Formats: sequence, structure tokens, C-alpha cells
Amino acid sequence: MKNIKTIVLSNQEISPGYFRMKILSPGYCESAQPGQFVMFRVQRSLPPLLRRPFGIFRAGFLPADCDDMPAKEFIEIIYKVVGSGTEIMEGLHHGDPVELLGPLGEGFDLGAPEEEKILVGGGIGLVPLYMLAEKMVENSKVRLLMGGRTRDDIITVTEFERLGVETYVSTEDGSLGEEGLVTRVLERKLDKYPNAAVFACGPMPMIEAVQKICDSRGTSLQVSLEALMACGVGACLGCVVKGEGHSDAEPRYLCTCTSGPVFRAEELNWEKEAANNSECGGCK
Amino acid sequence: MSENKKIQPQMSVEVAGLKLKNPIMPASGTFGYGEEYAPYLDLNQLGAVVTKGMSLNPKAGNNTPRICETVSGMLNAIGLQNVGVDAFIKHKMAYLEQYDTPVIVNFFGNTQDEYGEVAARLDDVPGVSALEMNISCPNVKHGGIVFGTDPAAAFEVVSLVRKRTSKPLIVKLTPNVTDIQITARAAEEAGADALSLINTLTGMAVDVKTRKPRLANTIGGLSGPAIRPIAVRLVHQVVQAVKVPVIGIGGISRAMDALEFLIVGAKAVQVGTANFVDPNAMATIIADLEQFCCEEGIADINELIGSLEL
Repeated sequence: MKNIKTIVLSNQEISPGYFRMKILSPGYCESAQPGQFVMFRVQRSLPPLLRRPFGIFRAGFLPADCDDMPAKEFIEIIYKVVGSGTEIMEGLHHGDPVELLGPLGEGFDLGAPEEEKILVGGGIGLVPLYMLAEKMVENSKVRLLMGGRTRDDIITVTEFERLGVETYVSTEDGSLGEEGLVTRVLERKLDKYPNAAVFACGPMPMIEAVQKICDSRGTSLQVSLEALMACGVGACLGCVVKGEGHSDAEPRYLCTCTSGPVFRAEELNWEKEAANNSECGGCK
Repeated sequence: MSENKKIQPQMSVEVAGLKLKNPIMPASGTFGYGEEYAPYLDLNQLGAVVTKGMSLNPKAGNNTPRICETVSGMLNAIGLQNVGVDAFIKHKMAYLEQYDTPVIVNFFGNTQDEYGEVAARLDDVPGVSALEMNISCPNVKHGGIVFGTDPAAAFEVVSLVRKRTSKPLIVKLTPNVTDIQITARAAEEAGADALSLINTLTGMAVDVKTRKPRLANTIGGLSGPAIRPIAVRLVHQVVQAVKVPVIGIGGISRAMDALEFLIVGAKAVQVGTANFVDPNAMATIIADLEQFCCEEGIADINELIGSLEL
């Protein structure tokens, strides 16, 4: 993990409101683990003041310019334009200077080989699951359940298919795939593959619903959480979540940036998290 | 210009009996226990390390959301989450002792006795170079706010802590008062060896769609570049009012920002929110300060301190 000053290689809208950015990222192919994130500095001037955390979608090599040149490494991030930071990002082009701090955090545990794997992604929450799928398909059967509000929220599914992942799409308005919530698909799949391990990332209400389903069946679950972060390195303590055993008398907070962003479900306090997030008016 | 290039400026300063390699140190609460930033920054480069605020007992902190970005700044209501002074001494000090950099331990209490007790427990800890006493954190109910905004209460609690520590004592002042010179003098008279300012300004932000405060604690502390002009003004005023050295804090993210504080009379400065934005910020500021001195033909950074032309 280090801070690098680098450049944007490309930045394209892949679905209304969703952008995919490729960034020159020396060292990331070896160091980045599935589920890790970067703190991205949009520009040197203000605003925005703070960096933004983004899950790493993929790390790879660019074709070398010529035979004896070392291949250049890149990462890709996918973001949804939601605020002042991402609005500026939307306007970045090839060659624009940016800074990356990372790779940061604890990623996914790949689980036992040969074990069935079910990935559950809600909207932009799909992002950290791609690298995971890349690694898992080497020795496991991987299924992806992808949910969104409308067809616009369904992104990069064909890329998962190219890895050999079986994909199931659902949208709340029925504009693509099955109509309804992705959690309904999950229940059906778990009926069929009761020994599968689940890996989920998406809006908090989706994650909570997935947790309930997995908890009631004794299914192994890892979740990747999103949080507001200032530093990304465990110093500001802004991104904490309540850990297992948390109570008002004996509070137990975990930093999403350093203990997460991926947690085993049993590491977290779900009752309290649910109480907190019922207040969220922004997401469904 | 060519002759200026030969100057190797003298960057060290002295504050409250501490000899610092340079006037740059982190602000408490923005640098963890030091360890968090070690992968990005050589702690030996810094003038000092200032730790997170310590309390007598471990403190869990506030509910989330704890932070939100504002125009050129951020609000935070972390709630002084910390491991407690005993765990700090046992688990965090050893790490910091390997560095050749003074360690300033920030601390606070909810009562006078707690302040005194924490100070006493840190008193004979080797490697603790000085104490910074937070009498101004706006985040915790029944917290430091009472002491920092009432000059009589500030005098009392600083006097009490003074009796319980032999370490150099820095008192960190709140800007959320009508006349900071009064609390500054109270702290000085009570025996502070130095003053540091400013802590965050209290602020609030509202999510207009949900109509809820953007912080779970409703009110938080504003930091970042947005507050710098206020901080420079307050440091200027305090320097006029007291004889003890002053450490300037508030929205410093570049060498030019640090220079403003030094010129109005701060002996050293603390860098806060900028550490979040760029983990290497202090190293850049130190290098750029040195370069500024070279370019301006300043042989000793102390020449700049208090050099304000009025």
C-alpha cells in the first residue's frame, strides 16, 4: 500500500450514470487482492477535499508498446455519479493526473476449492465481486446473482459470463431479467445448492436481507461494506461499523477501512446495524 | 538566487522545552497512534508526533455517520474513540519509542479528577515528551467544552493537571469562545508551558432530503482549509496576549499555510485534516518549507517566527 501519482487511461460511461475508469497503476497486479479498495484523489485542487474510496474492479496489464518494454499495469474502477466528487470524475480524460492510495483493506477469503460459490451483487456493489470471480473460477463453480432497480443498474454481466460464471439478473421493475429482488433469487438458489458459500456486496438493506437468509440456513457469508471514509488507513475512525458483541455498555467498533471492507457475517452486529440503517432514506 | 542555493536553512525550533527537528507535527486525532501512517511517511522526519486523545477509560465514540465533507472542509463527531490511557502506555508507546521524534500525548477527561489522573499516569512513562491537554473537544456531552469555554474552569483544571505532571504541558484551546485571549491567559496563569490552537469550530450540516443532520451526533467539529483564516486570526490574537509559545493549528495543507501561522508568531504548527487527504502531506510541507527558506535566503526558520509586518 502506497500513494501513487498517476494518470487516467480511459473513462467511459457504460450505462446511464455508471462510469468505468482505467487508471495506470504500477504494482497493483501483484498486490491487489479481491475485495480491496483504493482511496482515489480526483484532482489536486479543491473541491473535493477528501479522497473517495472505490472497490477495485479488475487489475491487468496493458499490451506492451514494443517487445522489450515491460507491460504496464492498470486497475479499473466503476463508479456511479452521485455527488460532487463523482461529478468531477465524470469529466476526467485520458492523461488527467490523479492519485491512488492503496490497495487498502482486508479482501475476501476465497473459501474452500470445489465449494459452490454464490456471489450477490446489488447495483454498483457488483464491482468488488469481479476479481473474486476471476480467482474462484479456477477451482469452483461460481454463480452470480445480479440485482438492480432497473436495467440501467445491471452492469458488466457479460464479463462475468466470459469468465465462465453462471449469471442470473433480476430488476425491481422487471426491465431486465426476472422481476423482483435479488434476494428472492438467492433463496431459490440456496434451496438448490444448500452447501454454497455466499459473497455479497450492495446497498445495506440488500446486505441485511442476504444476512437474514444466510443466517437462517447456516450458510457461510462474507459481505463487503461501503462507508464514508476520510483517511482509508484507520486513523480518522469515521468509517466504523458495529462488531459482534457490540452493546451500549460495551461498544465494539470496527474500522471498515482496515478490518474490512470485507467481513465475515459473524464478525458484525446485525441487530444494531439494522436499527441504524432503517433510517436510511436514500436507498432501497 | 545562486548564493541562496548554498544556504542549508536551520529548521529546528524549541517549544515548551522540546527541541523539534522542524516545526511540523500532526494534529491529535488525525494521525492515529502514529503507526497507521508509518507505511507512507518516515516518522523520524517529523518535528513531533501527537497522538489521539487519551482518556482514563477506553472510549467507544459516537454512532455513525461520524464524518461529512463540507465546502473545503469536513465535519467530524468521532466522539474521542480511544483505547484508554493504560492500553496506550502498554501497547502503543513501545512502537513510537523506536523513533527519534518527540511524542506528545494528547489527553482529556470528563471531570477534573479524570484529567489529573490521566496526566499522572503518563507522568513517569518514558518516551512521553510532553502532554497536550484537550480542554476543547466539542463532541462529547459533559466533555471538555465546559472547561474550555469558561476561563475560571479552564484555570482550575489546568492548575490541577499542572500539579500532577512534570512533563511539559501544552493546553489546546477551543475557538468556540467570544474572546480567546481570556482563556489563553487563564491557561498560561495556571501553568501551561505552551498553548495550541485552534481545535475544531463547532458546525452542523443537514441532509435536505431526509431532513436529518448529516452527523449522528447532530453537531460536529469543522476542520480543513475552510477554517484557516479564522485560525490564523486567533493565533495572532493569542500570540499578542501571552508569553508562552503558541502552536498554530487549523486548515494547514501546504507549506504556505504553515508559514502564515509562523509569521503571525506560532513557534510550530500542527497539520490535521490534510493527513487524511494526503498521507504524505507533512513530509511535503517540511520539504517545501525548507525550499522556501532557501529561496528567500532565510538561514534559520526562527527568523520567520513572529515576523509579521503590521
